[in-house]
Amino acid sequence: MLEGFFCLRIQMLFRKLKKTSRFRKKIQQAAAVQFALLAIFLGAVIIISTGMGYIKLPPATVIKIIFAKLGGQLHLLEGMDSIFPVVVMDVRLPRILSAAVVGAGLAISGVVFQGILLNPLADPYTLGVSAGAAFGASLAILFNIGMMGSYSVPLFAFVGAAVTLLFVVYLSSSSGGLSSNNLILSGIIVAAILSAGISFLKYVADEQVAVIIFWLMGSFGSKTWTDVGLTFLFISFGFLAFMFFARDMNLLSLGNRTASSLGVDTRKVTIFLLVTASLVAAICVSVSGIIGFVGLLIPHMMRLLTGPDNRRLIPMSLLAGAILLLIADTITRAVLPTEIPIGVLTALIGGPFFCYIFRKQQRLRKVL
Amino acid sequence: MPFELTGVSFSYSENKVIDDISISFGPGMFCGIIGPNGCGKTTLLDLLAKHRRPTAGRIAYKNRDLGTYSTKELSKEISLVPQNFYINFPFTVKEVVMMGRYPHIPRFSTPSAEDVNIVQDIMEKTGVSEFTGRFINELSGGERQRVVFARALAQGAQVLILDEATSNLDINHSISLLNICERRMKQQGKTIISVMQDINLAAVYCDYLVFMSGGRIVIHGATRDVLNPVTMREVFNVDAKVYAESYSDSLQVVFKK
Repeated sequence: MLEGFFCLRIQMLFRKLKKTSRFRKKIQQAAAVQFALLAIFLGAVIIISTGMGYIKLPPATVIKIIFAKLGGQLHLLEGMDSIFPVVVMDVRLPRILSAAVVGAGLAISGVVFQGILLNPLADPYTLGVSAGAAFGASLAILFNIGMMGSYSVPLFAFVGAAVTLLFVVYLSSSSGGLSSNNLILSGIIVAAILSAGISFLKYVADEQVAVIIFWLMGSFGSKTWTDVGLTFLFISFGFLAFMFFARDMNLLSLGNRTASSLGVDTRKVTIFLLVTASLVAAICVSVSGIIGFVGLLIPHMMRLLTGPDNRRLIPMSLLAGAILLLIADTITRAVLPTEIPIGVLTALIGGPFFCYIFRKQQRLRKVL
Repeated sequence: MPFELTGVSFSYSENKVIDDISISFGPGMFCGIIGPNGCGKTTLLDLLAKHRRPTAGRIAYKNRDLGTYSTKELSKEISLVPQNFYINFPFTVKEVVMMGRYPHIPRFSTPSAEDVNIVQDIMEKTGVSEFTGRFINELSGGERQRVVFARALAQGAQVLILDEATSNLDINHSISLLNICERRMKQQGKTIISVMQDINLAAVYCDYLVFMSGGRIVIHGATRDVLNPVTMREVFNVDAKVYAESYSDSLQVVFKK
């Protein structure tokens, strides 16, 4: 009797919710809850992975060390092995945070590429950014350019990526409009030329070929706080820019004509977003080498979870990308017996997983 | 007078697609643009929507040069139903219709109660409310077209530009959507400019017809004055009979094999 009454009340409440705009608010709150959960999860992964490795540390110790160093409450460190703070602050955290930041950057840049090119199979490297970066880095390694110390390889990689990007945009916009087909094609052409160039450089470089190959496969080993700070700065700027244009990106997915009739300056917004997203990808590549599949996979997975609205998709992808790459890096660093390049690992895990999702979606579509 | 075109031309490099067009479109006007394939109809609509800029001549909207309007301003004045609509991402139907309200919603705000009401109302009127929660990329071509139509109506603009907007639709939905347009034109003085392939449907709804051929306007005027066998001969190079039809209360055209 009482149960029935409650059921009725709940049903009535639900109907009321549906009718009023409060239902919409609920959905928005759900998005906020998803975001908060993912953020907490990211924090937990950072703490736990910091404790993993040759010297194992419990999470409580990690938290204590971080608080002690950040808050200057050095009394928390009393009675602890003096090597622990060094391991956490100087060795592990820079690596872990740079993996997280790069993962976040690749994921949001992937969202933007897919959104702008209207192609769910686009990724941050579609415009040849990775090939450009790889070419720049190979040049720096081959000629042993060291004017900027340890930063010369990343710097060359970044310049290579940026120049490639500008050339691709120039190549595709010279024929009138800036269509997504033109962009993708130009990207493929330029990347093909650069790949040949890289092969040539590898052929010429007898001894350094191992260094080039190792750099290309990506690694977060020996990252410093400066690396973390710089990438974080760039990627935060990119994130803010993407969020500012998130709504315009929704409209762009309706096609250029419709988007412009809805108040989007399509050409300006498209170029701005493509350049920003490529620069974000370029920064990621120059810090860590070429890491595939994060920028392709994460936007896909998150779209299944949040829907394609970029205002929700971008922040969620930011967090999910950070989590995924951090976990992958932790696996190669602390779980596997020998460290394998992270780019290889993400492709090995991401590739089959992507096949699975893609296949599943195809089948679902057939049923509908 | 919403639109006034004087000596407007447009060319892709050497190729002149629109050649010296002068015409004006007033409020409360349901205007049909008719002509053979590739005669520049869609380009003309692009010029009106400021998606392209004329290479010569001047387009004024509300006595101000169209070029001086920002894209943002125009989005509140002119809405467009494009010919081919393809979308790769699984937005829900409701989300797509809501996008028609974006020009009225500040960038970081959520839709107001008014926006939600307008969207709901339009969705019911256009009959797309039956697939509110479905994904746009999983609808059939005709269903999708109705959603796009609803999106354009939700924009609530003074001018509605239709680019063969009903060519994918069955006759029932064509009529019901065109009825909505006609009502808006009559009650709210909106301007409807529509490229149409079906001359008989155009004859029923449009009170004004523009016949185009080879980038030029062949003839324009009230439907009863310009729709005749001579025009059909000149524009389409076909033999046709035009007669007054009482059931639809309009002129109708029939063709000889």
